[in-house]
Amino acid sequence: MRRVYCDANATTPLLPEVMEAMRPYWMEEFGNASSIHLHGQKARKAVDHARETLAKFFGCREAEVVFNSGGTEGDNTAIFGLVRAGDHFITTSIEHSAVLRAADRVAARGVDVTFVEPRKDGLIDPEEIRRAIRPATQAGGRTLISVMLANNETGVLQSVEEIGKIAAESGAFFHIDAVQGAGKIAFDVRRFGCHLCSISAHKMHGPKGVGAMYVRRGTPVEPLMVGGSHERRQRAGTENVPGIVGLGKAAELSMESLEDGTMARVARLRNRLEAGILEIPGTGVNGTGESRTANTTNIHFENAEGEALVIALDLKGVAVSGGSACHSGSTEPSHVLMAMGLDKNAARASLRFSLLKTVTDEDVNHVLHVVPQAVEHLRALAPETAGTSR
Amino acid sequence: MSESKTIAVAMSGGVDSSTAAAILARGSACADNSKNAVVGLTLQLWDQMRLAGTHGIPDAPKAGRCCSLDDVYDARRVAEHLEIPYYVVNQEERFERDVVRPFVDEYLAGRTPIPCSHCNNHIKFDQLLKTARSIGAERIATGHYAVNEFDEKRGRWILKRPADRAKDQTYFLFGLTQDQLARTLFPLGQMTKPEVRDAARKYGLMLAEKPDSQEICFVPGGDYKRFIEAYLEEQGEAAPEMAGELVAPTGEVIGQHTGIHNFTVGQRKGLGVSSAAPLYVINIDPASHRVTVGADAELATRSLRARQLNWISIPDLTEPTRVKAKIRHRHEPAWATLEPSGADEAMATFDEPQRAVTPGQGAVFYDGDEVVGGGWIV
Repeated sequence: MRRVYCDANATTPLLPEVMEAMRPYWMEEFGNASSIHLHGQKARKAVDHARETLAKFFGCREAEVVFNSGGTEGDNTAIFGLVRAGDHFITTSIEHSAVLRAADRVAARGVDVTFVEPRKDGLIDPEEIRRAIRPATQAGGRTLISVMLANNETGVLQSVEEIGKIAAESGAFFHIDAVQGAGKIAFDVRRFGCHLCSISAHKMHGPKGVGAMYVRRGTPVEPLMVGGSHERRQRAGTENVPGIVGLGKAAELSMESLEDGTMARVARLRNRLEAGILEIPGTGVNGTGESRTANTTNIHFENAEGEALVIALDLKGVAVSGGSACHSGSTEPSHVLMAMGLDKNAARASLRFSLLKTVTDEDVNHVLHVVPQAVEHLRALAPETAGTSR
Repeated sequence: MSESKTIAVAMSGGVDSSTAAAILARGSACADNSKNAVVGLTLQLWDQMRLAGTHGIPDAPKAGRCCSLDDVYDARRVAEHLEIPYYVVNQEERFERDVVRPFVDEYLAGRTPIPCSHCNNHIKFDQLLKTARSIGAERIATGHYAVNEFDEKRGRWILKRPADRAKDQTYFLFGLTQDQLARTLFPLGQMTKPEVRDAARKYGLMLAEKPDSQEICFVPGGDYKRFIEAYLEEQGEAAPEMAGELVAPTGEVIGQHTGIHNFTVGQRKGLGVSSAAPLYVINIDPASHRVTVGADAELATRSLRARQLNWISIPDLTEPTRVKAKIRHRHEPAWATLEPSGADEAMATFDEPQRAVTPGQGAVFYDGDEVVGGGWIV
């Protein structure tokens, strides 16, 4: 059976070049980058080389790149490392749970937390961020703003540059969770105006368990992990050398993809997929049309239960996702879609298609062959269950 | 593998449903020697942490209860071992609406509910079957101990008692419709529990020795009173005033009680009154909150009425019929004459008076091994 993977926002496979780049660092070049001897020097050189690539990727200095374990660690570090009781933390209700649960925790520790709601099209209005800033907090404690670059479920790109300007005007710190935007749009932390920016390798064809964070020089973020003096004392723990090498290669390849027309091709295929699915009656796109990552579309199917549709499609070789996985592995309606004003049933009846950059026309053909059949079958069986119109 | 052959197995993470899955995935081939395509489904029905820490409910749920993370883990491990696709399906809202809420309301109304039957009727054989069909599986299988056969002569699906009489679960399955029976497999129907454990070992299931679960899956520790109080508090509902009088069969007031939901017909312990001879709950009147207690002999009842009837081996009950009636899970079916007594109502008159006929429980009628049908005792 032909299988088409349309869940790139969950994770992506290594590209062969990434695998090859990492290969020597498991067995031959196994050294600890902190060691003085030749083994250590080879590992150190590989980490330094990756740091140089990541500095280009972020648009920052090499000393401003901190390697870590991925997006959750970056998000947690920004929040736990910057705000204390009495400070003000401003974020949005459509962030990843790595930000939302960290926000809950600091709120319980006496940090004043504000969640800004999105508009119906999934966009955060920067003026809402401005209004959330409190003059009183500016005078005393810190204000931290954390907004994602691209939403994982809708692909909607947030106006981070404007938010960066607002942060600068008010003296607030600004963290961008760029896990979903990285590799999909042109990247420049100076232009974004952020102090901190988190990315993860496995969302851009790198390995799992490794990521990086841009930390603007002088930002007083306290490390989450303490121990050895790795990463300029900003992240203790022996460097994951193969992972860091893989991240470096993935970042390099993703910069090329933005230049060589790959992402433009992905956008064209996404648009074709979306248009094809929208031919099914009772469907609609969740999230604004233009300002989106090239690979993502989130589609609402009236009178269809998303969870059953995900399973039915999987059994027919199309891997998509709906909602977010709860503790047991079953699905809960997406908090992002509900924040955008969809009711529970409509949120449940929505699926996310997120394409790999290796997607082909044949892949899209297959999806467009399978999805309408599955939707029709589902609707014929249980017209009364779930998925009412919005 | 054609779609119509796909079978969705309801997997709870226990020995029975795991073995049922193994038998279908690994065991006997179909008539045409093709293998079944088996998909494992676990229903996520109740968040075991939801009421944890309130009203004395333990913080950490123990295993052996549906939807505990350990049980979902066990079910997934079995599916991995059998190399079948496996999914967890969220039915928490339906379960709360159709099982938990009615469970609470029944107790508040002085009845004694059986949530497992409600779950079978509304969730397992209704919603699960719908989900199964949505994903291309036209049939489901469960680990229930019951036999399900099509009888050509009568043109009906017949539900029968299983080989292992001690494990017989037909009492909880009386609500199954003909369409549901036609789409359901009970792979354990001809096996005894020891044979099921042997099969589990044979198929290399690591949970072959896992103990059976006994209690109501969403009620931690089996303390339904605490559960009801915690649930009502979570819902922001004041527990209704349910205190009242304990009375003798003569009407004489012999004590007070704190709530009718603390009682079930036939209950002996925790009555809060002392007496020379043992006292039992004989009747609960939800309107006056009066609980009548008396001697064991007073519990005996000659007849019962049942509503919300479902017939399995017969199309309808039209005339007096001799059956054996079972009025609670552990009750030995007793001879009775069953006859229609109104719209969607039947009356069973026992040959010998039966102890503790309890409103809210199911009455299931048998003809030999066959389930004739059943209803809810009113």
